[in-house]
Amino acid sequence: MAGRKAFRWHIAVFLAPAVLVYTAIMIIPLFGTLNLSLYNVQGQNRVFVGLANFATLFGDPRWSASFWNALGNNCWFFVIHMLVQNPIGVLLAAILSSPRLRMAAFYRTAIFIPTILSFVIVGFVWKLILSPIWGIAPGMLDAVGLKSLYGPWLGKPDTALITLALVSVWQFVGIPMMLIYAALLSIPDDVIEAAEMDGLTGWAQFWKIKLPLILPSIGIISILTFVGNFNAFDLIYVSQGALAGPNFSTDILGTFLYRTFFGFQLQLGDPHMGAAIATAMFGIILVGVCIYLFAIQTRLRRYQF
Amino acid sequence: MSQSRSHTGRTIAAHAVLLTYTLIALFPVFVIVINSFKSRKAIFADPLALPMPENFDAVGYTTVLQQGHVVQYFANSLIVTVASLFFVLLFGAMAAFALSEYRFKGNMLMGLYLALGIMIPIRLGTVAILQMMVAAGLVNTRTALILVYTAQGLPLAVFILSEFMKTISDDLKNAGRIDGLSEYRIFFTLVLPLIRPAMATVAVFTMIPIWNDLWFPLILAPSEATKTITLGSQVFIGQFVTNWNAVLAALSLAIIPVLALYLIFSRQLISGITAGAVK
Repeated sequence: MAGRKAFRWHIAVFLAPAVLVYTAIMIIPLFGTLNLSLYNVQGQNRVFVGLANFATLFGDPRWSASFWNALGNNCWFFVIHMLVQNPIGVLLAAILSSPRLRMAAFYRTAIFIPTILSFVIVGFVWKLILSPIWGIAPGMLDAVGLKSLYGPWLGKPDTALITLALVSVWQFVGIPMMLIYAALLSIPDDVIEAAEMDGLTGWAQFWKIKLPLILPSIGIISILTFVGNFNAFDLIYVSQGALAGPNFSTDILGTFLYRTFFGFQLQLGDPHMGAAIATAMFGIILVGVCIYLFAIQTRLRRYQF
Repeated sequence: MSQSRSHTGRTIAAHAVLLTYTLIALFPVFVIVINSFKSRKAIFADPLALPMPENFDAVGYTTVLQQGHVVQYFANSLIVTVASLFFVLLFGAMAAFALSEYRFKGNMLMGLYLALGIMIPIRLGTVAILQMMVAAGLVNTRTALILVYTAQGLPLAVFILSEFMKTISDDLKNAGRIDGLSEYRIFFTLVLPLIRPAMATVAVFTMIPIWNDLWFPLILAPSEATKTITLGSQVFIGQFVTNWNAVLAALSLAIIPVLALYLIFSRQLISGITAGAVK
């Protein structure tokens, strides 16, 4: 072995800094959390309880109702992003990438601006705009004669989650737009010219030529949306608080984890159950990512130009 | 004739869609900024009116600036963000190059190991991270934040950059090898310039969550000397929640620096993309 090929030190040098920082600050603490989920406190001592915390989380009515509620809300949150955010992002990118469009740089820069704002700002801004007291939203609806449509959307259990999901869509639509835009620009001109020779222009060209070529980017965006949504926490926290009101209707896994881990007005923090929720989130995300990697990505063809 | 008319129609439609969405995107920011310059009465009487001499009032800004520390908070955010960004881009590009360029035992496994971090929020390990920082004496230092954000940003950087590096032609690198360039020279002088647009993309996506993070500054570095502007404005809004002038002014001030950083990088992003170096 040693005689056949010299050890290629440069590979180790290239990998070392990233692997060391990542392992020390991210992976080791994460395993600390996974490990913690297998323990619980009995009396004064910390004892190994195996999977008992998970049995409690999924089966004990005191915990499972909150857990399934949060999971259901989280799925709905994700579905809204996939149905609203990503199609809008693709549409905007498709329009932006059309040649000879003036002011494309301005539009692209402006539409991305909400994405750079912090959750503190976004949550507060939309609370102000939608507030029945300040009344920008009711005032504007009144101006176009639709005042009857207005409701305190953030305050009602049936609309609060949808409203927050749309606020989140508003904030993050720039990410799919930018990635798809970059992908569209990297399609070689020859391919487009060949399509034009064959009489394919406009939307037909987009559907038949460009869309298949950007499918890998759409795949990446879908999985980033999935991961982002199942890790979401901040927007709900800054606009509805840790209790994810009204009546837990906007509770998602992130806020449920936070409440459990650090406690809140009605309950003390429980690191072991919190770790169990974190582990469950880890599992859900792992399943989603595996589906993407093995079922979707391998079927998408990579085009090399 | 009819073709040119339909072309004009399409252009108008394209501008109409983009302009509508631009208005939706900018409207909330616009409302905050104009109202931050108005008197309390004017804010409530007509929220959409522009600030005019008769309703102008900068009392919000004077309240915010009197709190002091604002400059210090800005400096902290800037140092932490720029330093983390530097390490994420350098270490991330190096690792992405190793993974996409060389075949070695465990390549696939190492790629999956590093990609794991994309899907797990680093927050899940907060308690262990805090214990570690206490043991290392790094609590209430900017170093602690830089370390955490570097680890947080690396997985996505490695993932995106190695996707881009796969599209760089092998001929170029092999030509470099024939000319006797070391692997390090190939990476720094041939590959890095070619992936600049991808680096700009990664920079934007890495910078935003770092600048806007509330969680780690709160837990690892809440002291006055190390507080970031996001944490500072959250605390401020909590204290002044009924003082709308001050809150709106604080929000406006928190928007400006990140906007400036973004505009700087977006130039790089746009010039990189239009140069078509990705092809």
